Amino acid sequence: MVETLSVWASIICISIGVVFFGAGTTGMLRFPDVYTRLHAMTKADNLGLGFVALGLLPLAPSWSDALKLVLIWGFILMAGTTAAHLVAQSARRHGRQEKLQGEEM
Amino acid sequence: MEIVYLGLSAAIMLSFAGGAIRLLRGPSRADRMMGAQLFGTTGAAIAMVLAAAMDAWVLLDVGLVFAALAAVTVIAFVQRAHVGHQVDEVSAGKE
Repeated sequence: MVETLSVWASIICISIGVVFFGAGTTGMLRFPDVYTRLHAMTKADNLGLGFVALGLLPLAPSWSDALKLVLIWGFILMAGTTAAHLVAQSARRHGRQEKLQGEEM
Repeated sequence: MEIVYLGLSAAIMLSFAGGAIRLLRGPSRADRMMGAQLFGTTGAAIAMVLAAAMDAWVLLDVGLVFAALAAVTVIAFVQRAHVGHQVDEVSAGKE
């Protein structure tokens, strides 16, 4: 009984993570500016990955696998932070301006 | 239960395809550099869900490699774009 409950809980967690992935990609497609697109992708996708890792934790057969799941999420977090700063700096250096609200599209 | 995990990994792949549209259409280099980070994140996510789907937990090592190399990939792209821009400036200044 407990086993089935944990399997359903992990499927719900992974589904929430997939919803966040979809939200991040939708933001990346529809936001007007490269800086806002960076926000959407970095934060929403990493949160989705965190939920996926959280949902897979009860299913992992050993402690080392659970540690690998947490490590994957930690590495992607660090990579995402670094990438967001670097890409934003590079875009600014190449002269990309933000699209402020009220400006004509 | 396996079909549910496979369906979820297909949904993540759809999300990646949507991000690849931005990679193709992106009007600037920064939009395309985000594709590198997207590869790392969605690749790690798909590897993790497939490890649960097929009960082959060795795929977590694949996800770990994706995650560890994601930062290096984006740094390489940014460095390449920046160096290319500097080379253009130098060659334009010589004229």
